[in-house]
Amino acid sequence: MQESTANQVAANATSSFTEHLQRDRPELLPYNRGLQASAPGTAPLQVPHATTIVALSYAGGVLMAGDRRATMGNVIASRHIEKVFPADRYSVLGIAGTAGIAIDLTRLFQVELEHYEKIEGTLLSLEGKANRLGAMIRGNLPLAMQGLAVVPLFAGFDTSAGVGRLFSYDVTGGRYEEHEHHTVGSGSVFARGALKKLWRPDLTEADAVSVAVEALYDAADDDSATGGPDTVRKLWPVIYTVDRSGARRVAENEIAAASVNIIEARTTAGREA
Amino acid sequence: MTQQFYVSPEQLMKDRADFARKGIARGRSVAVISCADGIALVAENPSPSLHKIGEIYDKIAFAAVGKYNEFESLRQAGVRYADVRGYSYDREDVTARGLASVYAQSLGAVFTAEQKPFEVELAVAEVGPTQADDHLYRLTFDGSIADEHQFVVMGGQAEKVSAAIDEGWRSSLSFAEALRLALAALVPATESGDRPQALPAAAVEVAVLDRQSESSRGSRRAFRRLDDADITALLA
Repeated sequence: MQESTANQVAANATSSFTEHLQRDRPELLPYNRGLQASAPGTAPLQVPHATTIVALSYAGGVLMAGDRRATMGNVIASRHIEKVFPADRYSVLGIAGTAGIAIDLTRLFQVELEHYEKIEGTLLSLEGKANRLGAMIRGNLPLAMQGLAVVPLFAGFDTSAGVGRLFSYDVTGGRYEEHEHHTVGSGSVFARGALKKLWRPDLTEADAVSVAVEALYDAADDDSATGGPDTVRKLWPVIYTVDRSGARRVAENEIAAASVNIIEARTTAGREA
Repeated sequence: MTQQFYVSPEQLMKDRADFARKGIARGRSVAVISCADGIALVAENPSPSLHKIGEIYDKIAFAAVGKYNEFESLRQAGVRYADVRGYSYDREDVTARGLASVYAQSLGAVFTAEQKPFEVELAVAEVGPTQADDHLYRLTFDGSIADEHQFVVMGGQAEKVSAAIDEGWRSSLSFAEALRLALAALVPATESGDRPQALPAAAVEVAVLDRQSESSRGSRRAFRRLDDADITALLA
């Protein structure tokens, strides 16, 4: 009798917010909303999709940048969407794929990390955070099979090793550590091509911002679902850096200056690419 | 066959209350002080890892005295309640009043229905944009809830400590002044008449809810735990 009580207490002790929701409020999980299986042959559901995210390492940290466009088929669903978020003090994540589910997953992930920190009184390790995110993406697999996939990119500063690290994911929750740089989303092929030429070891933070903006510019050039810098509406990519002192959102005027520089350089060159 | 003796409900409740009070009176005291910089939470606690003070949510903190396993389970339940609420509605919909009323109901239910009442006393503090918006709630073992102002003191020497803080409390206190006041007041009463030394940094657990956390630290989370070095620096 006593032993079973002890087992019960141990089984109920969880530091994970997701596990708590799964047990007590499963309807609140973004991937537990029942979705009718669509009949074969019907068109896939039309929902906003978030597009390109780039991430790269620089001297002392990692940086993540995302464009501001969401598309629904051939329609621009949003020009203002933000797809890069701080996950906690030392990590950020960017999302590509079904925007609605991705934004809810991000919120869940942010609460998950904060919840662990409050219950345990200490931060999760960077690997631990990356694994939790993988588990959430795996939870979304049934919806991904119906075309509502979410593919994140995760970057953080490993405080114990003293380096910035990058993780990419597939729709089954598979987690892969990336080196130097990585991209996800519809414009990722073009952005990756640009990064291969632009990235150098030990970039300064300002150079890294400029490289990220240029990679997104190239992605927007060739991918209709990626938005370029919008000088008319003054819309610039969202960029976060993470280093030893934590995650920081790069100020809008810095990004605007970097964007304008690239546009001017390309205008001066006046070449096709 | 054993004989069931009749115990009047009054006697039963009184016995339970006496039992809980005795348990709480054995513990060391905790002071929660609202001041100009925010809310300071100071506990006499020699352990650096078994906390009596905890973060619940952006602007809300928790302090407790009594049995560790009992208030720790209440603290975790509070964090879960706040996180679920903030996740399903919005972060600003999580309030100390809501949390305190959930605590009051749980403590009340345990007091009447369980084998033994919880031997704990809790304080729930919420820092507001101005001092007038601060909320301090005191919850006792039987589920009673009190809306306090200025400061809350709980634990074994509550009355003495409370009197000492009342003497020195002003609305314009800074964190450093509030901490000094709490440390002087929390000193265990000595038999001899000479003025006792204030508690050293290692003997206390200190946390603050920053009123201006957004502008000073760029964080919506107002709770900040001070380690021994922070405490020494603040008092210097």
